[in-house]
Amino acid sequence: MNALKTDSNIQHETILELQVNNHPGVMSHICGLFSRRAYNLEGIVVVPIGRGKISRMWLKVIEENNLEQIVKQLQKLPDVQTVTRQPPGDSIFSEISHFFSS
Amino acid sequence: MEQLSGAQLTIRLLENQGIDTIAGIPGGANLPLYDALQASTKIRHILTRHEQGAGFIAQGMARSTGKPAVCFATSGPGATNLITAMADAYLDSIPVIFITGQVPLSLIGTDAFQEVDIYGISIPITKHNYLIRSVDELHTVIPEAFRMASTGRPGPILIDIPKDVQNSITSYDPEEQYGFFDQLQAPSLPTVEKIELAADMINNSKRPVLYIGGGVIHAESGYLARELAEKNSIPTTMSLMGLGIMPHDHELYMGMLGMHASRGTNRAMKESDLIIAVGVRFDDRATGKIAEFCPNAKILHLDIDPCEIGKLKKTHLGLVGNVRYSLEMLIPHVAENDRSSWCIHVAKLQQENPIFCPNDRNFNKPYSIILEAAAIAGEDAIVTTDVGKHQMWTAQSYPLSRPRQFLTSGGLGTMGFGMPTAIGAALANRGKTVLCFTGDGSIMMNIQELATAVEEEANIKIILFDNSSLGLVRQQQSLFYNRHIFASEYKHRVDFCTIAKGFGLKTYSIDDHHSLKSVFEEAFSNKGPALIHIPIDIEEEVYPMVPPGAANTTMIGGELTHECA
Ligand SMILES: Cc1cc2nc3c(=O)[nH]c(=O)nc-3n(C[C@H](O)[C@H](O)[C@H](O)COP(=O)(O)OP(=O)(O)OC[C@H]3O[C@@H](n4cnc5c(N)ncnc54)[C@H](O)[C@@H]3O)c2cc1C
Ligand SMILES: Cc1ncc(C[n+]2csc(CCOP(=O)(O)OP(=O)(O)O)c2C)c(N)n1
Repeated sequence: MNALKTDSNIQHETILELQVNNHPGVMSHICGLFSRRAYNLEGIVVVPIGRGKISRMWLKVIEENNLEQIVKQLQKLPDVQTVTRQPPGDSIFSEISHFFSS
Repeated sequence: MEQLSGAQLTIRLLENQGIDTIAGIPGGANLPLYDALQASTKIRHILTRHEQGAGFIAQGMARSTGKPAVCFATSGPGATNLITAMADAYLDSIPVIFITGQVPLSLIGTDAFQEVDIYGISIPITKHNYLIRSVDELHTVIPEAFRMASTGRPGPILIDIPKDVQNSITSYDPEEQYGFFDQLQAPSLPTVEKIELAADMINNSKRPVLYIGGGVIHAESGYLARELAEKNSIPTTMSLMGLGIMPHDHELYMGMLGMHASRGTNRAMKESDLIIAVGVRFDDRATGKIAEFCPNAKILHLDIDPCEIGKLKKTHLGLVGNVRYSLEMLIPHVAENDRSSWCIHVAKLQQENPIFCPNDRNFNKPYSIILEAAAIAGEDAIVTTDVGKHQMWTAQSYPLSRPRQFLTSGGLGTMGFGMPTAIGAALANRGKTVLCFTGDGSIMMNIQELATAVEEEANIKIILFDNSSLGLVRQQQSLFYNRHIFASEYKHRVDFCTIAKGFGLKTYSIDDHHSLKSVFEEAFSNKGPALIHIPIDIEEEVYPMVPPGAANTTMIGGELTHECA
């Protein structure tokens, strides 16, 4: 989860938007999946939505060959309700980037 | 409405799921559960000597019946002792529900006595897991755990229940079916278009091979796989997990593929132009170097788990869904075909490359011993193995004839699996004989469960191949590490018969090989556990063998020096 990438990297980034159940084990399930399957997570933003039973999660990843596999594995987690892939460009990560510029 | 404690509710909900046997060990954090279990008239408890034994006993019940089974352990060391059995169930997709006691909620996170984060530890080795935070969750979590364990791709579930949750009171309505039926989803089915494409691939192929495995067994679809093979005359190979689906005496039978397959099978796969992979996951032991696996073939893959399609091998067509439905849909579109030249060719490859000669009865050879045991145990016997050369000899030669007959640890390859799994299979199949082929290395890893076997009068017959070594490891050192035999031979010989006698088993030692038949006859005809100790030459290796990482066509050894009679 390092600072923002240079422009040339940006087109290889993908944002995954997840809707997940909100309970204490969910983050471990999701982060564990990435580390276990040797896939790098570049950034995470999570916020509870509605009355807090559900959270929305944005994951920034670099496109690699097995992204498809990771997405399918995410969809299998019982606490993950939906996974959608967003084009890079205007994402939540660019909106919060000023918190991270040094 | 009844008022029940969380522990009582748990037991009640397990009874409702049809559970009649639970293996486990009590301790501080699960004593309320044990107190509730003690009052149950429907569930019998099997007290094991180690929690790993309980995990494998549950696996033996689940693997032999296909129904989820349950085991219990306390928090901390009880829970960590379950981990190997949990990982084993995960890799082989076995429905087991592991229920652990946990320290009270208020103490979680304080390094309390016997507190271990088993929820966190078990994430990568369970299909799903739960830490119960309020007694009311049990109403839904327990039925959901059963549904999750046994539907879709099966797998183990952990439920961690803090002690205070076990003691909290909740109301229970005997009619309750919380979140059970309403959550049953319609099975996902392949589209008719895809089914037709798949049938075209099969109908247009010249040299197809059917490669079937554990998924066909989970789907209870062995008969459908056979029907497909027979209708279109497709030679059939099985992964280690699929053995038994195609009976050993069937004309389309090619045995196992992969690292310890017959030369004929791996060669036929190389020549094939279409692999119809059903309920298999292209494990490297089965495929060898994946880039060179079936280089001339298209791949048609039927699997319930979308992640498996194309995971390791480029797939030309994937049909996602329970193979019971996929095969039912597919078979009517598949043409009848007798494929005589391909079938004759494959049969010839098989005949010219037998792994052993069925008529050679040389009783210090593992294959002969296995065949003799099978002949005397009869078709009804269930067979378990441990892990090592004895496992592969059994996989290669035991005349299996039905799914769920052969129980072995495939994905994790866990030494110590065989004997407790045999106990579980015997408990779930009273009246059947369960043979356990094991080695002098593996038996030591759960030998304490001999006490459980005697206590439960489990009808298991342990056939111990004693080569004074960690044989399969020693073989790899001989073949691939310049014969540097290190840490794989036992200098001290253990007297296994005396040990087993001490546990209360009947024991037999085969020193005079002519007595093999009479020993098996006597040991198998008496009910209850027995151990048959058989010395095996340390140099007796398992062949053929594909070196790890090599293509399946690179096979070492296993060429018979004489023609079979
Ligand atoms: C010492 C040793 C040596 C071994 N040597 C070999 C060897 O030579 N050859 C060999 O093949 N194996 C060997 N193995 C076993 C190997 O490691 C794997 O365990 C095995 O190949 C996997 O079998 P499988 O592909 O049938 O998959 P399983 O692990 O049984 O997985 C089942 C597959 O079916 C799918 N599935 C589950 N339910 C359904 C359903 N209802 N409908 C559709 N699909 C479903 C799952 O998603 C999964 O893809 C060896 C193991 C050991 C320990
Ligand atoms: C728990 C565990 N530890 C280590 C291994 C690695 N291993 C695989 S086979 C084997 C030797 C098995 O010896 P034995 O049970 O005597 O069987 P044999 O090969 O001699 O028939 C070992 C150590 C394993 N599979 N499982």
